[in-house]
Amino acid sequence: MEITVNGKVHTIEAESDTPLLWVVREQLGLTGTKFGCGIAQCGACTMHVNGKPMRTCVLPVGAVAGADITTIEGIGNQGELHPVQQAWVDAQVPQCGYCQSGQIMSAVALLASNDDPSDEDINRAMSGNVCRCGMYGRIRTAIKSAAKNEVAIYDPKAKGAQSSNVEEVTNG
Amino acid sequence: MGKWTRRSFIAAGVVGGTALVIGVGIRPGNRNRKLEQYVTSDGEHLVNAWVKIDAQNQVTAIVPHSEMGQGAQTALTQMLADELDVDWDAVSFIEAPAEDVYANGPVGKGFVLGDTKIPNALVGTVDGLFQTVANSMHLQITGGSASVRATGVYGMRVAGAAAKEMLLEAAAKQWNVPVASLTAKSGMISDGTRREPYATFVAAAGELQPPYTPKLKTADEFTIMGKSKPRLDIPSKVDGTAMFGIDAKIDGMVYATIAAAPVFGATLKSVDDSKAREVKGVLDVVKLDDAVAVVANSYWTAQKAVAELDIEWQNVGQDTVDSKSIFEQFQNDITAAVANGDVKADIDAGDSDAAFASASRIVERQYKVPYLAHACMEPMNALALVDQGNCEVWTGSQNPLGFKHQIAEAIGFEADNVKVNNFFMGGGFGRRSRPDAAIQAAKISMQVGKPVKLIWSREEDTQHDFYRPAVLSKFRAALDDAGNPVAWENHYVDKHEPAEAPLIPYAINNQAIGSVDSPTHIPFGAWRSVDHSQHGFFTESFMDELAIEAGADPYQFRMDRLKAHPRHQKVLSVAAEKANWSGPLGKGQGRGIALQESFGSLVAEVVEVTVTKGEVSVDKVTVVVDAGFAVSPDGVKAQMESGVLYGLTAALHGEVSIENGRVVQGNFDTYPMVRMDTAPQIDTHIINSMESWGGAGEPGTPGIAPALTNAIYAATGTRIRDLPVSQYDLDVDFVESDSV
Repeated sequence: MEITVNGKVHTIEAESDTPLLWVVREQLGLTGTKFGCGIAQCGACTMHVNGKPMRTCVLPVGAVAGADITTIEGIGNQGELHPVQQAWVDAQVPQCGYCQSGQIMSAVALLASNDDPSDEDINRAMSGNVCRCGMYGRIRTAIKSAAKNEVAIYDPKAKGAQSSNVEEVTNG
Repeated sequence: MGKWTRRSFIAAGVVGGTALVIGVGIRPGNRNRKLEQYVTSDGEHLVNAWVKIDAQNQVTAIVPHSEMGQGAQTALTQMLADELDVDWDAVSFIEAPAEDVYANGPVGKGFVLGDTKIPNALVGTVDGLFQTVANSMHLQITGGSASVRATGVYGMRVAGAAAKEMLLEAAAKQWNVPVASLTAKSGMISDGTRREPYATFVAAAGELQPPYTPKLKTADEFTIMGKSKPRLDIPSKVDGTAMFGIDAKIDGMVYATIAAAPVFGATLKSVDDSKAREVKGVLDVVKLDDAVAVVANSYWTAQKAVAELDIEWQNVGQDTVDSKSIFEQFQNDITAAVANGDVKADIDAGDSDAAFASASRIVERQYKVPYLAHACMEPMNALALVDQGNCEVWTGSQNPLGFKHQIAEAIGFEADNVKVNNFFMGGGFGRRSRPDAAIQAAKISMQVGKPVKLIWSREEDTQHDFYRPAVLSKFRAALDDAGNPVAWENHYVDKHEPAEAPLIPYAINNQAIGSVDSPTHIPFGAWRSVDHSQHGFFTESFMDELAIEAGADPYQFRMDRLKAHPRHQKVLSVAAEKANWSGPLGKGQGRGIALQESFGSLVAEVVEVTVTKGEVSVDKVTVVVDAGFAVSPDGVKAQMESGVLYGLTAALHGEVSIENGRVVQGNFDTYPMVRMDTAPQIDTHIINSMESWGGAGEPGTPGIAPALTNAIYAATGTRIRDLPVSQYDLDVDFVESDSV
């Protein structure tokens, strides 16, 4: 089957029930997205599917054929950090860093739909992402700073649309 | 390993004909080509075991600690760069390889001396004795909040200062001028007219005898230490390029996951793997002594197939143990030890028996805390290849050199035939000092003859940890007529590290503190702040209860008993001031305070809670830390924030319970975490007392649980003596405290 990740169409071999996470990590070699729990409880595996943040450890690859999938590797622009990534550096957010790909993907999705999130908005959008190093305060600061700096909001759909004609593919 | 002498702490040798080696762990005259091959590339000169300078004058610090988010690699690089007098922009770092020459002497010293203070006269010299200890113990450990306070103070600063003096001496010889006429700044040496980069003198410096006591900078001379430099590892952690153990990959790699015996100590009796082998993509099923692994073309396939295994375990009599029976055992063992005089004394000061006999009143309390899992975000994993008598492992480890030796022992290899490649750790907290997953991966690879990436499920990770021990701690205090405590007695089970964790700084003349052995079959290990994580809660809770018994303000009650400890008083009073301790509170609100000295640092925390209809909202945590000197203030702040959250999750929710000899909890649904919506605001304030430098990774953790439960008491009148808080129904009216 084929899947479209970061604007590129990839041919993959997997049972259709295989979670997208493992296909992307093992077959595409994109290891920025992490495995944390396997039951959509921690958010480390968050990618965008058609612009929406999804827990890919429980998302069967068979369900995303034809969708635009974006990973942490796909949100920057040719070596330049996405403004949310830059805000993460500026606020010195990551400690161990393992959850941060998922955190950033959730934050990018939040800011794509809300350019001035309240604390409550941030709580709603980010509480599915666990940070065992406890950097929630810094994540909040970074999201607000990225919002305040009127970042060029990333549009995964636009990026996906540029990529190529994506064929509908069947399972398996 | 040969004998190390005093002078060998800083020593030099010439490698590769032109390059220089100086550093800790290099014997004089030991031309250590073995070391050079790991850390240099073409055109680079190794300036010592912990620093090299290339032809472009770029400096690389070689840091003998691993990175799990604590920022130590950056802080240590700062310490070296500052003493070496090079610009921060010209500095980078690499992690030291897992080789014996990098065995971590300063940390070994911590093991030998505990937290004994080193006299200032010895700072910057330190002898090689501890290097011997470390080498013999195969230590290259990141733990004990030791990176800055031990490796940094005794290693990186000394190495940087020594390298600078040698470069200056080489320049003086080459220019034929007195050393005193030269200055070193920004990686350049100048005599007022000439100005040359360090790189010019590197080769000549290698011929010199290193100084045994290089002059270290005084604080007013620091240019990089004390500044919040951006962490060097952060850029790779925002774009997905940071490589963790789970990301390691080599050609021909297959995947494995595992089902280990649920009851600790049980072994494999039999397994029916026929259904598992039918799963498409399964390559093999491997039996280990106490586990069964499925090897497949994908982690997912392996995980699906593991669920199809029908395993019978051989239990060894532990399958009737549960949390209740464990705490009953603790209770009985303490009672028996006290009756039989078998308590192992930590301290026996004054005459407690007499004080209790003549007490006006006796307050008796007991506290308990459960087992805790580390729950690193990155589940345990390792990639291993055993091939033709060699074993290579790729993983994230807090102790890569220890892994090398322990893996070798486990598979019957010589350590020289085992190589460990270390990666970033997705959380460590003490858990990644244990090589169990790496040993499993090596054993599986041995059986299948392929490189095997073993990844544990989250459930496996939670259920096969080396747990923070559960502890029962029983207290008594003798009060005089005015309610002042005149004797403090504490008996608790199972003493580990650090030895001083149960001790208190408060002026109570009669103290009897001691431990009782009460072993269980539950594997235990270091968990962020180790024994301080339990005893901080116990002692600061009991202290709070005594303040209430005396009718005193809990803050003032502590201050009154810290007159011999002005540094403690300062930390506590600044915390009270910054938290507006006496400020007005709304309905259902309360403040709690706690103080804990650990790993050479003092931390006071004030927690503000609001309890509404039984729900505890942790609104704000004020942290004041005196770590002597903050090498990276933002780094210290980040560690306080992290230490608080780690301890808060444990205090509110953390419980690993035992049923039928095994762990009940599995994933984050049963082992819940504090998340964005419940995380408090944390305000951290740093005091640079310039006393001996302490750690930062752990000292933020011990104080949060007691500050929290003291605040809940202030808000509700409910005294929480058993963690976690979540098991309490706080939607109740005021409850009288049950003093004896």
